Amino acid sequence: MSLCQGKAGLKPVLSFFAIQVETRGDDEGMVRSTTAVELKGITKRFPGLVANDNINFELKKGEIHALLGENGAGKSTLMNILFGLYQPEEGEIWVNGNKTVIDGAGKAIELGIGMVHQHFKLVQPFTVAENIVLGNEPSKFGFLKYRKANQKVRDLSERYGLKVDPQMRIKDITVGMQQRVEILKTLYRGADILIFDEPTAVLTVQEIEELIEILRNLSAEGKSIILITHKLKEVMALADTVTVIRRGKVIRTLPTSETNERHLAELMVGRDVTFEVEKSKQEPGDVVLSVDSLRMKGDQGRQVLDGISFDIRAGEILGIAGVDGNGQSELVYAITGMRGVSGGSVQLNGKDITNRTPRQVSLSGVSHIPEDRHKHGLVLDFTLSENMILGSYFDPQFGKNGFIDFKAMDLLANKLVTEFDVRGSGIHAKARSLSGGNQQKAIIARELWKNPDLLIAVQPTRGLDIGAIEYVHKRLVEARNQGKAILLISFELDELYSLSDRIAVMYEGRLMGEVDADHRDDQQLGLMMAGDAAAAASAEGRD
Amino acid sequence: MNTMRKIFDKSSFLVPLVAIVLGLLCGALAMLAGGYDPWLAYSSLVKKLFGSPYDMGEAIRAITPLIFTGIAVAFAFRTGLFNIGAEGQFMMGMTGATIVGVTLDLPWYLHAPLAIIVGGLFGGLWAALSGYLKAARGVNEVISSIMLNWIALFLSNYIVGTYLVMEGQQKSKPIHESALVSIKWLSESMGNARMHWGTLFAIIGLIVFYVILWRTKKGYELRAVGLNPNAALYAGMNVNRTIVTSMFISGVFAGLGGVFEILGVFGYQTVMAASWGYGFDGIAVALLGGNTPIGVFLGAVLFGGLSYGSAGMSFGANVPPEIVRIVIGSIIFFVASHGLVKFFLKPFMIRRSNKGKSEGGGAR
Amino acid sequence: MNAIDTIGQLISITLVFSTALIFTGLGGLFSERSGVVNIGLEGLMIAGAFGAAVFADQAIQGGMTRGAPWIGLIAGLVLGLVVSLLHAVATITFRADQTIVGVVINILAAGLAIYLTKSLYEGSGQTTTLEYVFNPVAIPWLSDIPLLGKGIFTAYPTTYIVIGVVILSYIVLYRTTFGLRLRAVGEHPSSADTVGISVTKYRYIGVMLSGALAGLGGATIALTTTSNFAHNTISGQGFIAIAAVIFGKWNPLGVAGAAIFFGMAQALRNWAQLFEWSHHIPNEFFYMLPYLLTLIVLAGAVGRSSAPSALGEPYDPAKR
Repeated sequence: MSLCQGKAGLKPVLSFFAIQVETRGDDEGMVRSTTAVELKGITKRFPGLVANDNINFELKKGEIHALLGENGAGKSTLMNILFGLYQPEEGEIWVNGNKTVIDGAGKAIELGIGMVHQHFKLVQPFTVAENIVLGNEPSKFGFLKYRKANQKVRDLSERYGLKVDPQMRIKDITVGMQQRVEILKTLYRGADILIFDEPTAVLTVQEIEELIEILRNLSAEGKSIILITHKLKEVMALADTVTVIRRGKVIRTLPTSETNERHLAELMVGRDVTFEVEKSKQEPGDVVLSVDSLRMKGDQGRQVLDGISFDIRAGEILGIAGVDGNGQSELVYAITGMRGVSGGSVQLNGKDITNRTPRQVSLSGVSHIPEDRHKHGLVLDFTLSENMILGSYFDPQFGKNGFIDFKAMDLLANKLVTEFDVRGSGIHAKARSLSGGNQQKAIIARELWKNPDLLIAVQPTRGLDIGAIEYVHKRLVEARNQGKAILLISFELDELYSLSDRIAVMYEGRLMGEVDADHRDDQQLGLMMAGDAAAAASAEGRD
Repeated sequence: MNTMRKIFDKSSFLVPLVAIVLGLLCGALAMLAGGYDPWLAYSSLVKKLFGSPYDMGEAIRAITPLIFTGIAVAFAFRTGLFNIGAEGQFMMGMTGATIVGVTLDLPWYLHAPLAIIVGGLFGGLWAALSGYLKAARGVNEVISSIMLNWIALFLSNYIVGTYLVMEGQQKSKPIHESALVSIKWLSESMGNARMHWGTLFAIIGLIVFYVILWRTKKGYELRAVGLNPNAALYAGMNVNRTIVTSMFISGVFAGLGGVFEILGVFGYQTVMAASWGYGFDGIAVALLGGNTPIGVFLGAVLFGGLSYGSAGMSFGANVPPEIVRIVIGSIIFFVASHGLVKFFLKPFMIRRSNKGKSEGGGAR
Repeated sequence: MNAIDTIGQLISITLVFSTALIFTGLGGLFSERSGVVNIGLEGLMIAGAFGAAVFADQAIQGGMTRGAPWIGLIAGLVLGLVVSLLHAVATITFRADQTIVGVVINILAAGLAIYLTKSLYEGSGQTTTLEYVFNPVAIPWLSDIPLLGKGIFTAYPTTYIVIGVVILSYIVLYRTTFGLRLRAVGEHPSSADTVGISVTKYRYIGVMLSGALAGLGGATIALTTTSNFAHNTISGQGFIAIAAVIFGKWNPLGVAGAAIFFGMAQALRNWAQLFEWSHHIPNEFFYMLPYLLTLIVLAGAVGRSSAPSALGEPYDPAKR
């Protein structure tokens, strides 16, 4: 058995070879007992792209197998096929040694496959227990047995050490606990093959450590785990085996003991990459943005911004770290005027811009690369050209007497498309038809063209591939070198550390303090992101 | 040129065309079920439409208000709003025109324009009320405008029946000659069909609809809000004000439809038990026309023609005229569920592509 | 006439009008809880009222007497259900815009009902007035209670049925696995899908329930208040029922409460006719009242925070 495992671990996953391994063994029982899932020659096409191109993948029982690839490499598609949400055009799926067709999530669950989705599939107003038992409820004559459901959840939670309160509502619990609910959902259904889709994306450093512990325990219990990720560190820390996917194709499968981060990065991107951003030290200039005790009330009357104060100087990047949902979006809405504040002030170059309209703020010299390019950044059904004047269409240079000067609009669009290398099918194509990276480039082009004093960039590289990420980073540093003040909000610590001149940590609508941007300390940052005041104090003390 | 090509693009043209055919088929089925002769009915419909200059003129008369309400609904759709209240706005437009036409005494060059403007404003403000309720209070415009439709009906009846009423009748006093917009010479040459300047205004309305939305900065704003209100807010547009503006413009179009019914066709306003249905037909027109100016025009011609011709059906084949409601309803049902239409088309498409394939194979 | 009697009368008329609104409101609730906006309730009520009037009439012509309205009631339910299937196919299977399809249902149902009425009744725009419709049933003892006795405990059978349906709806929605799944589908369809619950199936059930219940609502009007079907039998009640769903915060008890409130607005019109003072107020004002009140209430009930999150969005598994 160990022999077989070793061999499989070493072999590059060429379809020919893999099939040979599978069919060669006379002792089929042995094969069955070691392999949990085998995907053979999976191909899935979407209009205009091949998401999965003849993919072969093998998950052994009890192992943690990472599926590594950039955004858009085809990892999620592959796992959605395994979970029955998509149907492949070609290829076979073998589960526990039997060839199967998985035509829906129900079938996947039946086969003991469970998936912890990146965007949790939880019903917000329902309780923890209701979410866990949904679809498989303990009942009598159609009536739901709530007490039994709660008890079952409690038992399960104790058995696996996943602490949850069955009677709490999802909307009232932390992201970390929501993830535990997602895991319990799969365990409740008796899953022994667990797929985790980018599980650390929303967690703090400490929560990630807890998760690693949980995954180890599950694997020790004999569960087989697939970990979808684009983070090299996690692969090295967690996985036994890693399969690298690039542009829908399997590049290599190898044990993590035989590789390192740099090597994996090269496999993932297809060339040698340095994650370092070239950035010279630079003395910041005058204060550009000054935020003083900013307050804002949320929809439920909760204080989403609770007295935030900070300054950003010209030629400086201030990074804001924090777990998603701690008021970062609201801070941006407050500065840009997209939502009113209840107290405090925002000053730009010494002029008060508190509670001005988004247009007034924009005209006074603020550009904004929004968090969600589909929701805020672009009108997807407008042409690229139309999108380029989104924030400045009212300017006389784009037409007088209330009419739009389409020539001037196209002229600008052509200029920006060339300058920022936005690739697509021309400026008259709908923004929807562009790839994510090119959409982001278009937004950055538009926002930098306004030549702002302050540039706000929220998660500017979300969902982009490495090439595009490098490009965005380069542009941001360039803007900083030109003397612009930049507010960078990101959930990627790597990004924050490589770009920022200063890093502040945000927690529950307040700034916990600043950390040293030159000496990275994930532990301390993690504690501060979780609201630990002592860690914050020590960080301040060290400064 | 580019737009023209887009409009006559195969797929955007095919679905409405198939929907029309399926809708007429549904009507035929309903007639068979009711024991009528669909062939006779449809041929009497066509005969009615093209039978005489009078009928053709009257058909144009019936088409005109549908162009207005069609524009109203299409305009709102383009800005992300569903103006189901064109009915009430139409009614308010009528009432506004009647008030000015009956109570004021002015020279013609002031009277008619004033009546038109007041009627348009009545319609616009009535719609703006729905817009305001949505923008300020988050009330769904569909429900608020339905309620406003009923209120408009009773309010109009109250105004007409109390202040403008012709003694002993269920209608208003006649509109003064100076406010009327009929085209006498044309009417006389078309067998006294009720021809009026409103038709010309409707055509101009189509052009205005296009120019506002696709040529002006206001239109850019309106479309941006319609396609993505979040991005519009981000871009510094006042989304709430845009919603009210859009409803207002939409309501002006619907109101003008009502105005010309009074000033051009009837010359008085009646107290009514139920509303006309032009507003609802406007939805059908806009949907069938894909919310484009040319589409709205074609849609109005079809539905206006059907509605007018339905009188011929009941005369020639004894079919209740409501059959046309069924035909119109089915047509928009199929346009709205274009997935369903494509589903119906699939067998044909596959056969065609298979044919193509086998031919290709043969060549190889 | 003494004060107690007149108030009793108001309650009684209110219940008559409310019954239809509650049926239909609950229908809208089931549809919306599954994530499908049903603007077509008006049309479904028309189908129900038409079906009830025609089939009860047939039953009477076939010699039935007191049983005829029951035949009508069942026919109304079935017709509402059949028409709602159109809505379901278009919006769920073919992912058409829910609002537009709802409007189409209204246009189609109204057109069909009048067309068929004219076909069946030799060109007359209304069905024959039914000889036998529902009569108020007094519950022994309870109906002798002053004030409430006349008002509540002497009511049409449909009113008693609707009270049962309200309670049943509450239990189904909040106590059964069906209710849990239905709500999950309306809140977060992809989460339901990933635990193997068929979004399509539950949405079909939600829409069909709305058809059946709105059909009952329409039938109630034909079989208690108008005794026939004509073009104006249903005039906006379907839309008022939608307002009741919103005002009632998507909860069966809330919807029932809101429907009673709107029912009272309609009842006021009839009730006020009993008094001398009402003759000084223009009739049109009373006609307007239910619609005006609905508008005011909606403007006051800010926000849709309690609406199902996935309301109005077709579920497309490819876009999860």
